[in-house]
Amino acid sequence: MSDFFTVSVLVATLASGIRLATPFLLSALGETIGQRAGVLNLGVEGVMLIGAYAAYITALRTGSVVAGVIAAMAAGAAMGVVYAFITVVMHATQGISGIGIFLFGLGFTDLLFRQQVGTPVPIDGLRGLDMGGLSDLPVVGELFFQHSVLTYVAFALVPVVWFAMNRTTFGLNVRAVGETPEAADTLGVRVNVVRTQAIIIGNVMAGLAGGTLALDVGIFQQNLTSGQGFIAVALVYFGAWRSSGVMAGALLFGVVSSTVLQLKTLGIIVGANSTIAAMAPAILTIVVLVLVSRRIGAPSALTVPFDRDN
Amino acid sequence: MARTAPEADDTDASGDVAVSRLARLMRPFVGVAVPAFAAVAALLVGAVMLLAFGANPLVAYGELVTGAFGSADNLADTAVRAMPLALVGVGICIAFRTDVINIGGEGQIILGAIAATVTSMAFDDVPRVLLVPMVIVAGAIGGGFWGAIPGALKAYAGVNEILSTIMMNLVAFHFLSFLLQDLLIEPGAIKIQQTRRLSPNADLPLLPGGTRLHIGVLIAILVAVLGYLLLFRSALGMRLRAVGHNPDASQYAGMAVKKSVTQALAFSGACCGIAGAVLVFGSESHRLIGEGGAAAFTQNAGFNGIVAALFGALHPIFTVPASFLFGGMLTGGSDMQRAVQVPAALVVALNGVVVVFVVGSLRLRDRLRTWAGEVSSYGGRA
Repeated sequence: MSDFFTVSVLVATLASGIRLATPFLLSALGETIGQRAGVLNLGVEGVMLIGAYAAYITALRTGSVVAGVIAAMAAGAAMGVVYAFITVVMHATQGISGIGIFLFGLGFTDLLFRQQVGTPVPIDGLRGLDMGGLSDLPVVGELFFQHSVLTYVAFALVPVVWFAMNRTTFGLNVRAVGETPEAADTLGVRVNVVRTQAIIIGNVMAGLAGGTLALDVGIFQQNLTSGQGFIAVALVYFGAWRSSGVMAGALLFGVVSSTVLQLKTLGIIVGANSTIAAMAPAILTIVVLVLVSRRIGAPSALTVPFDRDN
Repeated sequence: MARTAPEADDTDASGDVAVSRLARLMRPFVGVAVPAFAAVAALLVGAVMLLAFGANPLVAYGELVTGAFGSADNLADTAVRAMPLALVGVGICIAFRTDVINIGGEGQIILGAIAATVTSMAFDDVPRVLLVPMVIVAGAIGGGFWGAIPGALKAYAGVNEILSTIMMNLVAFHFLSFLLQDLLIEPGAIKIQQTRRLSPNADLPLLPGGTRLHIGVLIAILVAVLGYLLLFRSALGMRLRAVGHNPDASQYAGMAVKKSVTQALAFSGACCGIAGAVLVFGSESHRLIGEGGAAAFTQNAGFNGIVAALFGALHPIFTVPASFLFGGMLTGGSDMQRAVQVPAALVVALNGVVVVFVVGSLRLRDRLRTWAGEVSSYGGRA
């Protein structure tokens, strides 16, 4: 155990925790926007898979990471349009239709992967930025200044989302349609338009989160996300629908995952015990849900479709 | 409804009468319209994908149907594949009717399988006539326990059951993996995550006919009937459905809402747990195998059972034929893969599409139903 508590190992663990937090953060921030508008998207997992595959295949074919990132976001946007149609127009039950999106993403990406790629081919994924002197700083350099650009984008989005939600007309509209759509409607806010926008933004971020994951590990495989998208939805509850809370949750999950990996690598957790350690994030989520569920309220109109006629 | 014969009405109303007759004729079919529409729409989406891959959809679907239902052996394989779907599906009916969304089927299947496996190991020598029921009951208890936890968390701590059941799935996956690398691993085996060959006394007996069909199919039908009796013919079921329909009114009427929510998820988990036991003791290897990930063992039945239940209109009895249909898609999928070189994962994607279309078209059904109801009663008044 003493191997773990050395400066270099701790720094490496925290740094990789920040890296692993990136997909959680991106997808959970996107989900936060959707839920603030009153739409639960349980299909994040499926959208992440589709984004991951889009990024992978595009980067593989073009050799460009940038093209991969764009493809992931475009795929997310497309899924957003679909999900908006299902929930906003057709009023489908949101929890269950999200499972449909998940199954679709799971099967569809597996199908495309087997058909178009077959055996896994690694791609040149994301590289850490070299910020010259900053990156070379002891401890701080490794912790904060050697990450990939998408990690900085994700963390930069935390204040951006806060500002957008709390200091812009769009954010006010989003919160209004998530709390009291009838009142918002009376005041001339186009409820379903705002919801559609929020859903598409959220899905673009979920697609980007999946793309980040694929580009980070440089590979695609069936069920690459392995539950991360579902954890992202839970993180929104964890973070009490606030971007700073969501960030704290994402960091916690990233660091827990990296710690488990590190302890395994160092041989501190051996053999089958690593599977017990791998339960930690899920159990942590349940405990957190128990702690927060009584204390805070979800947006009042979460999962309630809006129809002016009723 | 009509006080006088329609022919006796004045001519102005005759058009309405015709419409009302049409509506009345259609009313029984409105319930079938949604799944039928969803199935056709999903098949069309699949046809587009097949065309995109350069495969002839008619050939592909032909192979799928033949592979699923073409011979006695294929039918038996389809039935074997359908059993876990039907069992999970009945559990989903119970939960969803109580307005509890159980996404934890996968974990409940796994816990049921673990409980059944441990039971068979502990009672190796118990005669088959006892051990088979024992492992099934153990499966129900294991799955029911795993369902009761998120149920109680929802009822008494306000935890969203969708999220907690998903997390319980992840915990179950890792727990299974742990057991099969450690406590339950086959002695001598180092790398393969599987138990030893379990007691032959727990093997589910094969049905006559020389196919792979075993008594799991009877268990699934029995559970479906019990599920129906529970939901629609018992006081408990009435309470569950009342809570599902309107928890506040049920509370006001003195019903135990929190207990109902816990019970619904426990029953739901028990059905999934039985599916886990059937998957272990109805398998050809007669082992609990974790190799290839948890989804390889559960066959994704925890999710696909939701599809079957929705397709069966959340009715335990209709869930059985719906499961047979989806079981057929899953068995026929590999035949399709061989024939037209399109991966069987297509079927998983199409299952997702079916879910989306079913829940997406419920609003249309309600409109249709309102129309059928309103028009025919208007006709009655005329």
